[in-house]
Amino acid sequence: MNAQNSNKLNLGRIAMWILMIIILFLTLFPFWWVLRTALTTQGLIFENTTSLAPVGFTWDNFARVLGLVDTSEALAAGGSGQSINFFRFLMNSFVFSTIITVFQVAFSTMAAYAFARLRFPGRDAIFLLYVSALMVPGIVTLIPNFVMIRGIGQWLAEFNDQIAGSYGLLMGQMVAPYFFMTPFAVFFLRQFFLGLNREVEEAARIDGANYFRVFWNVALPMSRPPVVTLGIITFINSWNEYLWPLIVGRDESVRVLTVALNIFRSSQPSGVPDWTGLMAGTALAIIPVLLIYMFVSRQVIDSIQFTGFK
Amino acid sequence: MTSQVDQVKTAVRRPKKSQWDNRETMVAFLFLLPSLIGFIAFFLVPAVRGFWISLTDWDLLTEPEWVGLDNYRKLISDREFRNSLWVTLKYVLWNIPLQTALAVVIAVMMDRLTKSMVVRALLIVPWLMPNVIVAMLWLWLMDPGLGLINSVWEGMGFEGWGFLGNIDQAIPSIAVINIWRHVGYTALLIFAGLQTIPQSLYEAASIDGATELRSFWHVTIPLLRPVLAFVLITSLIGSFQIFDTVAVTTGGGPINATEVINMLIFERAFERFDMGYATTVANALFVMLVGISLIQLRLFNADESDY
Repeated sequence: MNAQNSNKLNLGRIAMWILMIIILFLTLFPFWWVLRTALTTQGLIFENTTSLAPVGFTWDNFARVLGLVDTSEALAAGGSGQSINFFRFLMNSFVFSTIITVFQVAFSTMAAYAFARLRFPGRDAIFLLYVSALMVPGIVTLIPNFVMIRGIGQWLAEFNDQIAGSYGLLMGQMVAPYFFMTPFAVFFLRQFFLGLNREVEEAARIDGANYFRVFWNVALPMSRPPVVTLGIITFINSWNEYLWPLIVGRDESVRVLTVALNIFRSSQPSGVPDWTGLMAGTALAIIPVLLIYMFVSRQVIDSIQFTGFK
Repeated sequence: MTSQVDQVKTAVRRPKKSQWDNRETMVAFLFLLPSLIGFIAFFLVPAVRGFWISLTDWDLLTEPEWVGLDNYRKLISDREFRNSLWVTLKYVLWNIPLQTALAVVIAVMMDRLTKSMVVRALLIVPWLMPNVIVAMLWLWLMDPGLGLINSVWEGMGFEGWGFLGNIDQAIPSIAVINIWRHVGYTALLIFAGLQTIPQSLYEAASIDGATELRSFWHVTIPLLRPVLAFVLITSLIGSFQIFDTVAVTTGGGPINATEVINMLIFERAFERFDMGYATTVANALFVMLVGISLIQLRLFNADESDY
């Protein structure tokens, strides 16, 4: 920064760059290790445990976790004979996250708009209630929610035995608590709407547009960036969800990736776990997130930096 | 603040404040309806019901039996609950100071070296991954026999680590895993805070003869206080609620060495079906977290921002 001791500063900068590169390496290298293991032949897992390249390069592990190899072949290849229909779990994760994202963001946007722009009795009290729910840890509502969701499931099943155990019911039970709103989503968007210039909306009102038209044609087009950002955050959070899907969605037809991977791991016979298969599954779970991230990394970074300033 | 200003504005514009516009109220509740359903069904009622369940003895199959405050009495003398508190605290003490210090270092380095979006984007990749995936990945890296870390370590002639299977090393290992996942994210929050400090302050300090280190302690840290308070409160609250990583890597073992509070609640509720006691522990956690946030807000005076 100052010219007179630029030599000293340069040394400092070089040291900082080296440290930065080490940190980036530690951040990213484990991902290579996942891929390296996933491409290693299952029987050769004991050999060259420090080799940077896959030992006995093979795609078999991916084929195995995608259910493309039948069990006897997997056994013959020295595998555990475990199979995991990874593709189905990937789809379940996708359905689960998409439903939550679409509805939660839509409903939260509507609520946030009402809190920011419309006048109605009890507005501030209701908003205060919403905000105070931000303080409640998830585990507090988890057990009562489980009891209620289970009760509704049983009641529906008695009512109509075709519904019992159906994909629709099970998926519905899984998305329910996240479907309508989260306090964070409403809070996040209300902050945004409050910062939006209301003159345009008022002009539209004077021109005779009703509340719905003002919301849909004036306010919403101006709020694309924060709504998209919230959508991305919601999708990532749902994709990462573990505890709730674990307790209501263990059934194979709706099992999501996170739950499936851990069940796959813990169902292994004792001894050496099927590391190559597990890492192939892990790699397949990582790839969709990375693909989406490549296109939206800018929004993700901006939204994190924004949430720091609430 | 802003909402008050808005209210005043609207009140000024529409003098007849007491006369409610029925149409506006109706529209507002239509907009609010889905979120209200969700809030009442999945936040408000469960919170109240959770308290009620904690006053009963209930195994999900038979009718709940009213026991008053018995569960809370049991909580005070329960050795397993005390163990889980201690284990969780140990985890938090390993996790938070290391993670925050490292994040500050990374944030300052980013601020001085590069505003590159690519560096920022790469640093938060671990945070995007599900906890389960991160745990699985480290379970493999930390495998005592075949894992990379011990292979390299033993290759250098040292004795291998026990990591997650060792009573003393399990909690620090889990802390390392979660630091790896969160440090980039935390650094990004702090980095954003650094951007709000005017460059002129550093220049002034440097003209007055302050070294880089001195201006870090006397300019950066004080001005960063509100952001640091926010980061500390949110990461502490998150840290106390650790579950996924423990569930995947150790399941609370070896011999309860990683039986954190949420793990205890999970086991009581979904393995022993002791719903009353499980909700009691959950409510206790809630009260503790509210207490911690209040203390922290006091300590940092975060509400009195410096600028």
